[in-house]
Amino acid sequence: MAYDYTPFPYTPPPGLTHAEPRHRVVIVGAGPIGLAMAVDLALQGIATVVLDDNNVVSVGSRAICWAKRSLEICDRLGIGERMLAKGVTWKVGRNFHKGDQVYAFDLQPDMGFKYPAFINLQQYYVEQYLIDRAREFSDLIDLRFLNKVIAHTDCGDHVKLEVSTPDGDYPLEAEYYIACDGAGSPTRERMQLALDGQTFDENFLIVDVEMETSPFGDHATPERWFWFAPPFHSGQSALLHKQPDNIYRIDLQLGPDTDPKEEATEAKVRPRITAIVGDAPFRIDWMSVYRFRCARLNRFVHNRVIFAGDSAHVVSPFGARGGNGGIQDVDNLGWKLALVLQGKASPELLESYNEERVEAADENMFNSACATNFMTPRSSIERLFRDQVLALAARHPFARKLINSGRLSQPCVLSGSSLQTSGSAPLSPGHALLDAPLTGRAGPAWLVTEAQGRFTLVTANDQPLPDITGIERIGIDQAESCYPCFADSEGCFKARYGTAHIYLFRPDGHVCAVFDTPDVDAIVTAHNRAMGATQ
Amino acid sequence: MILQDKLGEEADTFYKALISAHEGLTEAQSHTLNARLVLMMANQIGDLGMLTDIFETALQDLPD
Ligand SMILES: Cc1cc2nc3c(=O)[nH]c(=O)nc-3n(C[C@H](O)[C@H](O)[C@H](O)COP(=O)(O)OP(=O)(O)OC[C@H]3O[C@@H](n4cnc5c(N)ncnc54)[C@H](O)[C@@H]3O)c2cc1C
Repeated sequence: MAYDYTPFPYTPPPGLTHAEPRHRVVIVGAGPIGLAMAVDLALQGIATVVLDDNNVVSVGSRAICWAKRSLEICDRLGIGERMLAKGVTWKVGRNFHKGDQVYAFDLQPDMGFKYPAFINLQQYYVEQYLIDRAREFSDLIDLRFLNKVIAHTDCGDHVKLEVSTPDGDYPLEAEYYIACDGAGSPTRERMQLALDGQTFDENFLIVDVEMETSPFGDHATPERWFWFAPPFHSGQSALLHKQPDNIYRIDLQLGPDTDPKEEATEAKVRPRITAIVGDAPFRIDWMSVYRFRCARLNRFVHNRVIFAGDSAHVVSPFGARGGNGGIQDVDNLGWKLALVLQGKASPELLESYNEERVEAADENMFNSACATNFMTPRSSIERLFRDQVLALAARHPFARKLINSGRLSQPCVLSGSSLQTSGSAPLSPGHALLDAPLTGRAGPAWLVTEAQGRFTLVTANDQPLPDITGIERIGIDQAESCYPCFADSEGCFKARYGTAHIYLFRPDGHVCAVFDTPDVDAIVTAHNRAMGATQ
Repeated sequence: MILQDKLGEEADTFYKALISAHEGLTEAQSHTLNARLVLMMANQIGDLGMLTDIFETALQDLPD
């Protein structure tokens, strides 16, 4: 069944009739990133105004693949379980060359995680869940649809905006302006900031079809199938994914010399789909032709204007690093901005958002660009190498490793960041936490649900954790104490973290320091460093 | 001979460097570059037995 795009109600904003007080944070754009940002800040008691020029969720499914790390972040935001329940879980990807399978990968052979390696879920559902969640914070999140930002000026300690509505224009002021206004960011345009990187000449047709019979045939479990030079689409590449509601995503490479307008028509698309799915009946739910870029802003933080999501960086979708990268931007920025606004950290802490997420964007761009180049060789020599990798892959494991149909989104490692205290442990500083099933007093629990959102010390060694202001504590297999303790019921925590170390997690779940002993001075120093204090 | 993976985490970076090395070259220049690369890599392998095995393996199923 087609998704019901019921428009969200528009209410004339107060600013039309009288000047509004200066807001703490204005978020421009209610896509997945702007909405997640609002929920994250609300969880920390920070009020936001969210402005969007539109009044429906994402038209067309766009982002469908959500990575484990994004689901864990969404767990903290309060929509992870809902996404998991609705989404299609998959972990096996198969690569085909012509008609034959050349390589299959299993993204998460390990058990003991609350969330799978990936789920597929249409972007409109994710946005709907975020809006439902945002509405639970009616005193903190002021959602304004059909409110288009048409001008802004950074005034040093605040930003002035001009907003256009169906009832006319009005001014707004905010201490911080978060630009989540997407790949075509008007904020970026106004500031004349360039997005530098690589543009690909190829056109890709992206189609969602609804059908009862699975195009995966007998494969009962949903997978990701990618073809190089498929028999049904000569000389190009194709990708097939399953989404909820019997919707299937088909990506077809069309070459550089096609007319996007002409390609995105039923008449042109139907025969292409029939070539893949055979005679089974189907309905075209959404289609679009894209050209992709891998590019980013030079800086994401411009004094009081901060960019997050597609406004800051865009990637080609092979690897699912766009939306997933943006969710990690939110995770990184949320706690820092909250600390700054609460007066607990200096505004310089925001520079670490720039440092850490620019590095992450580079990693995402590198991986997305490598995959896109592999799919779309630009010269005969590049094609020759590519085809020989595919030919050798049938026999040689090394060549299978070189096949690149997308390196799927992984959490970024922040090892070089100035907030981390160097050290070594089974999970070293900079890494995002690894989940583990636990058992608490109230029954089964997960580390991701217990340890995120605040600075938290976690250990499975037998020394009691010290009480330090601003730091939560979690003991694993420790004797009952005055802080929460859990049993490592399946042994996963010890296998992933060992018993020798004490871990200090940042609110975004990244390890920022490890200790051998509960040395209060060392922990306080590391905690201060992670909050941006310069020693 | 079956070639196991030795590039590990660096596989994509290697592949990108290889393709970049060819960027902007004519087909004749690319041939020349490949010839040089084979010679230099052979010297770095420095093991005639292994090189002979690689020649044989690479010749298998060579398309017409
Ligand atoms: C075909 C395709 C497939 C993809 N697949 C995946 C995938 O599988 N996994 C993945 O992680 N990512 C994927 N992506 C990327 C993903 O869709 C984006 O990264 C994601 O939408 C970025 O979210 P955002 O909130 O930053 O921007 P957007 O979703 O673009 O939202 C921006 C919002 O800002 C609003 N806005 C713009 N200008 C103004 C203004 N002046 N005033 C007020 N509001 C404004 C817009 O109306 C919009 O609501 C895919 C993208 C495409 C195109």
